[in-house]
Amino acid sequence: MEIKVLGPGCPKCQQTEKNVKEAISESGVAANVEKVTDTMEIAKYGVFMTPSVVIDGEVKCVGKVPKKDEIKAWISD
Amino acid sequence: MAEECCTPNGDVMILACSGGSNVGQLANQAAVELTQEGFGKIFCLAGIGGHLSGFVQSARDVPQMVAIDGCPVGCTKAILEHAEVPLKGYLVLTELGIEKNNDFKLGREEIEKVKAAAKESAGEGAASAKPSEKTPSGCSCTC
Repeated sequence: MEIKVLGPGCPKCQQTEKNVKEAISESGVAANVEKVTDTMEIAKYGVFMTPSVVIDGEVKCVGKVPKKDEIKAWISD
Repeated sequence: MAEECCTPNGDVMILACSGGSNVGQLANQAAVELTQEGFGKIFCLAGIGGHLSGFVQSARDVPQMVAIDGCPVGCTKAILEHAEVPLKGYLVLTELGIEKNNDFKLGREEIEKVKAAAKESAGEGAASAKPSEKTPSGCSCTC
């Protein structure tokens, strides 16, 4: 599973990355997490705001910090 | 990037039908000018229509939106419904008394009328946001 956290590096983006990593660890799911900070790269996903979480190419949330439970539900689908 | 790049309240998402008539192009012109003036940000309705996940999820998650249809055919509204995006602010230009035709010489008075109606549809909170509170750098984070 490939997970990307899109965001320039503000506190919300950092919290999102932390939540994603903790959700993966607690779920025991094998996943790679990549933080994408380059604005041109972020623009390729067509998101209106950041932070954003992309799982296997699908954008799951935009402009908010997802809760760990939400992330766990996404990665268990 | 630093914390100061972030927008405190986020932007109003502006979606225009941009259709092949005067009212479609009025919707588009109003969306462009509202973006230039810092009221909100025009966003790609075609991306939502194409069910591209970044566009669809953005429209679902954005706190403030105004969707502008030129006429009662309601293509913008239909696209949002197909993509299961909740309709927030909504506006149909013919309901403002603007007649639909194929005259693409857009009048300043009509453009201003559409912009005012769009601001009203987006809600008082969005309308009162000062341009200076919006991001000047293109940064889109929501801190």
